[in-house]
Amino acid sequence: MQEIAMTILDIAQNSIRACAKLIQIVIRDSHKDNIIHIECLDDGCGMDDKTLQKVTDPFYTTRTTRQIGLGIPMFKESVEATGGWFSIESQKGVGTKIIGEYVKNHLDTPPMGNIAETLITLIQYDDHIDYVFQYICDDFEWVLNTKEIKDILDGVPINQPDIILWLKDYIKEGMQK
Amino acid sequence: MKSLEELKRIRDQAKERMTMRENGDHDYRVVVGMATCGIAAGARPVLNTLVEEVAREHLPVTVMQTGCIGMCALEPIVEVFDKDNHKTTYVLVDTKKAKDIVLRHLMHGEVIEEYTVGHYSK
Ligand SMILES: Nc1ncnc2c1ncn2[C@@H]1O[C@H](COP(=O)(O)OP(=O)(O)O)[C@@H](O)[C@H]1O
Ligand SMILES: [Mg+2]
Repeated sequence: MQEIAMTILDIAQNSIRACAKLIQIVIRDSHKDNIIHIECLDDGCGMDDKTLQKVTDPFYTTRTTRQIGLGIPMFKESVEATGGWFSIESQKGVGTKIIGEYVKNHLDTPPMGNIAETLITLIQYDDHIDYVFQYICDDFEWVLNTKEIKDILDGVPINQPDIILWLKDYIKEGMQK
Repeated sequence: MKSLEELKRIRDQAKERMTMRENGDHDYRVVVGMATCGIAAGARPVLNTLVEEVAREHLPVTVMQTGCIGMCALEPIVEVFDKDNHKTTYVLVDTKKAKDIVLRHLMHGEVIEEYTVGHYSK
């Protein structure tokens, strides 16, 4: 994936496929600590130990016949190539937590890309899934909680086109504050 | 600045439109393939262009996402279903084609032959 935003979309789509009802995404982008820390936490179906083993084993990836590699090994490889680290925890019936931390100033660290587009793509998919998105940088922190937005919407689906459009600008502005 | 006040205005307008229209009465259903193959080929901006244009024109159109449509080499793929569930499959869609699809097909009912899968498999 050319952008961190695309990787986040790919990882969060796994959570959607795992029937998550709440997906929490954290981005900590810090000059001070020279890291870009990405976290995706869901309450989906989780993985048993066997799947978890396969999903993190690079040997398993090289053997697949897919055109595009598996999302999780690709994410792991991409952060580790920058000197960063990756972790995955999952429990059947409880959920999954994936963390990847890039070294910010490394040449191979992908650009952040369009986070607002990624988030509205996720939100547009299904108005029954909730998101807590937390963006933390050195000067400020910004949080989007779709449950709070839905309270205001009072029954109007959050994935209506004009609301998605408003959200896109709202997210863009929130991340620039 | 986008304010929560503005969101409330949009909400109220949406409620008004919902009561004016028969519930779920849509002219078209538009489905975008959003599996990894589609996304890698550029489906995300295509989806968002469709959503934006539909919002801007207040069209009675539902935009939906789906997984792999099964023709990875022709992604991004956009399927348009009319009221009678007749399907038009547009392939290798980019944001420009997406805007054309909204203007010509969704607003004026014209099938854009040169963007369809039939045109590419000829
Ligand atoms: N958040 C998650 N919850 C449950 N299972 C997951 C999650 N993420 C990944 N998986 C499992 O790991 C597999 C591999 O994921 P991934 O590497 O993204 O490849 P793909 O999505 O193409 O299958 C998935 O098919 C799924 O079975
Ligand atoms: Mg995946």
